[in-house]
Amino acid sequence: MAVFSFFCAIATGNMGNLSTAIINGGSGAISLGIKLLGIVCMWNGFVSVAQKSGLTQRLCRLLAPLLKVLFPKLKDKEAKEYIAMNMTANLLGLDNAATPLGLKAMHRLQSLNPTDSASDDMIRFVVINTASLHLVPTTIAMLRSEYGSTAPTEILFPALLTSACSIAVGICMTAILRRLTNDKGK
Amino acid sequence: MTKASDFVIPFIVVFIMLHGLFKGVDVFSVFLDGAKSGFKIVLGIAPSLIALIVVIEMLKTSGALDIVCSFMAPAARLLGIPEQLTPLTILSPISGSGSLGIYEGILKDYGPDSFIGRVASVMMGSTETTFYTMTVYYGSVSIKKTRHTLPAALCADFTSFILSSRIVRLFFHQ
Repeated sequence: MAVFSFFCAIATGNMGNLSTAIINGGSGAISLGIKLLGIVCMWNGFVSVAQKSGLTQRLCRLLAPLLKVLFPKLKDKEAKEYIAMNMTANLLGLDNAATPLGLKAMHRLQSLNPTDSASDDMIRFVVINTASLHLVPTTIAMLRSEYGSTAPTEILFPALLTSACSIAVGICMTAILRRLTNDKGK
Repeated sequence: MTKASDFVIPFIVVFIMLHGLFKGVDVFSVFLDGAKSGFKIVLGIAPSLIALIVVIEMLKTSGALDIVCSFMAPAARLLGIPEQLTPLTILSPISGSGSLGIYEGILKDYGPDSFIGRVASVMMGSTETTFYTMTVYYGSVSIKKTRHTLPAALCADFTSFILSSRIVRLFFHQ
């Protein structure tokens, strides 16, 4: 992709901008990382408290039926708890909380995974996260009202329906591709 | 004005803390231990994040994305995606801030309650920046072989691009 950009920059005469973009990209990534650091640490702290007090187990029990459908082979309790919390945060539209919780879930899943290639559960989990199932699309509703929408949240159900379909397709695709590539992970 | 959504995060934080206190957990020291473990996670992500962001910046400024967009427009039209929204479909899996910028531009040009505005909103609401999410999630556990994650995730994105304009038509009879 970098090479492709290089030739496009030659074609469009944007080489000067391209060189600043490379520098800015590097420093931008670090400032993003630092922003992420604060948020991840903070939510990790809250999650530890929720875990110690038994709150996460309850949440997990609440979402158990859904987890069973999405992760039929996953038996590990701790991983399930993190996944349950990540999904709750996603549903509530708390992007900032969902990422740290998702990372905790990934860590737990990796500790169950003996190889350096992604496990089936990880793939399913990442696909669910890339499709973003929000009950309350906070950012979008906010932008819509900012630009003078008469009903900023009217897109809620269409968006929910669309995400549900795309998650379903994503999950089916993981199963199909797994079979097609004949790749059993280990 | 305070909105109901403003209550969500403070409520969750207070609830977690009170529940902890109620159960007799040493809330502060447990919080600190948890927060400490966050450092390791973010350090793990940093290298892949740098690579991803540099490449995205290069694609954006070199005009490569515009070139791809103009190639994709006819294909998008075939799939029933309004052509004003092609840049959004191409950018939204790659760059969160980039697609948000395009989305705002669409809201400004067409209005949030227009057909285009609604479809763009549904698209934004039903997709996540796939590449970013994958980088961060897999980067944090240093997994290099992601197997079929990317194709499956892109299929999911593709589904929401195709569906969003159809579902908006269905819901708002436009």
